[in-house]
Amino acid sequence: MDNTSTLFKGVKEFFVEIGDLSYFTARFFKEVLKPPFEFKELLRQCYQMGNRSLVLVTVTGFIIGLVLTLQSRPTLIQFGAVSWMPNMVGISIVREIGPVITALICAGRIASGIGAELGSMRVTEQIDAMEVSGTNPFKYLVITRIMATTLMLPILVIYGDLVALYGSALVENLKGDVSFQLYFNTVFDALSFADLVPATIKSVFFGFTIGLVGCYKGYYCKKGTAGVGVAANTAVVMASLLLFVVDFIAVFISDIFYEL
Amino acid sequence: MNFNMTDPDQITPSNESAHGGKAVIEIKDLYKSFGDNHVLNGFNMTLLEGENLVVMGKSGSGKSVMIKCLVGLEKPDSGTVKVLGKEINTLDQQTLDELRSDIGFLFQGSALYDSMTVRENLEFPMRRHKEKLGVVADTEPLVQEALENVGLAHTMDLMPVELSGGMKRRVALARTLILKPKVILYDEPTSGLDPITSKEIIELMRSIQKKYGTSSLIITHDVDCARVISERMILLVDGINYAEGTYSQLSQSTDSKVEAFFKK
Repeated sequence: MDNTSTLFKGVKEFFVEIGDLSYFTARFFKEVLKPPFEFKELLRQCYQMGNRSLVLVTVTGFIIGLVLTLQSRPTLIQFGAVSWMPNMVGISIVREIGPVITALICAGRIASGIGAELGSMRVTEQIDAMEVSGTNPFKYLVITRIMATTLMLPILVIYGDLVALYGSALVENLKGDVSFQLYFNTVFDALSFADLVPATIKSVFFGFTIGLVGCYKGYYCKKGTAGVGVAANTAVVMASLLLFVVDFIAVFISDIFYEL
Repeated sequence: MNFNMTDPDQITPSNESAHGGKAVIEIKDLYKSFGDNHVLNGFNMTLLEGENLVVMGKSGSGKSVMIKCLVGLEKPDSGTVKVLGKEINTLDQQTLDELRSDIGFLFQGSALYDSMTVRENLEFPMRRHKEKLGVVADTEPLVQEALENVGLAHTMDLMPVELSGGMKRRVALARTLILKPKVILYDEPTSGLDPITSKEIIELMRSIQKKYGTSSLIITHDVDCARVISERMILLVDGINYAEGTYSQLSQSTDSKVEAFFKK
């Protein structure tokens, strides 16, 4: 009986969460085009999110490119297909690994940051103070952050892809005597718009998801310092989970277009 | 007894009073609950122009909820809340924001924006109300004046984290004053401060009231603060205004619930 009621409570909470998140999303779309626009704050957020994630994305991208090439090399040599390395690495990084890994890194870095920042603002009544001063805190805090993640993530993904390809080219250059020029020429020959466009569009949705979840968790943070911790933690978990859902939907849709 | 007890009819807000001013805040039959927790159960209150009114109540008695209803941060379940003659709950967002520029709100924990300097904290409320203040571009003189009022002109470029608790409260008070409000709402202005700093804050509140002639509603459970600053007091018990009168009237009461507030 207890297990049933716990399960029922869990399911109910899940649907309440989905409902609240949907309402939050609808509010974003309702208010995003309404003046006043907070351009200055948007630029500040873009700089903060882009600049502060740059080192993480660089290190992660470089290592991913390096490791992917090192691990694939023996198998490709076994099949006499090592010359296909740039094509394989290029396509896998641009289409899937680059966007997903960069988005996951940003979910950890940005979503938790937003969750903790807005959560602490909620707990210390800074959001209330903003509202009392006649500024719409949803526009100033939420819309600017969601827009910033939506705009910055595709840029970070493209940058992360390039760094990962550089890591891969470095391995090929050291182990396979392939020049950087030849490596990148082969990669760009192998890539088409059908690889780049869906991946970039997907990154836009990844960025939106990260900003949305971070803001949602922080904006509705429960009272107390514990609430801030929970907001930061659940923001990362929820954003990471949703990223995979968005990725599945994006791949599913782009697959339909490929077949057409 | 020379003070009102529990009878809402006796304390029904009136527009004119012995204080000589008109009502700037009127609350009538205010009800608010959170789930099964009934916080306010028909609270009534009037704040008159130029008056210092203290509302005292224990922790969790609904003081902060009541004060948040006055600026539209909480929506009451029922009842009317009028501020400067306008019914808060019927206003559209733009009118509410305009009205809010006439209401100063000092939050319990100061609520300074962590990511902004003291100067930016003070400039922030002016973003939407420059027309009212007659400011086109240069906000510096107003910021300077507000900080001088609280004796902290030298802190302009500091971050909130670099200020002590008392300084934060004073900067928050300066931020409250910058829009030149007609009414100031103080939510536990001395909580978390040492006795000396509390005294300084109370003195500051009095000097500001004297200088600008604002009406003040002070929510507190600090008896010393109430004694020094109040012209009239309301005791909030079980969600209603249990007793009302001057400090000396209430402090001499033999009612056990009223006595409980004044026991040291």
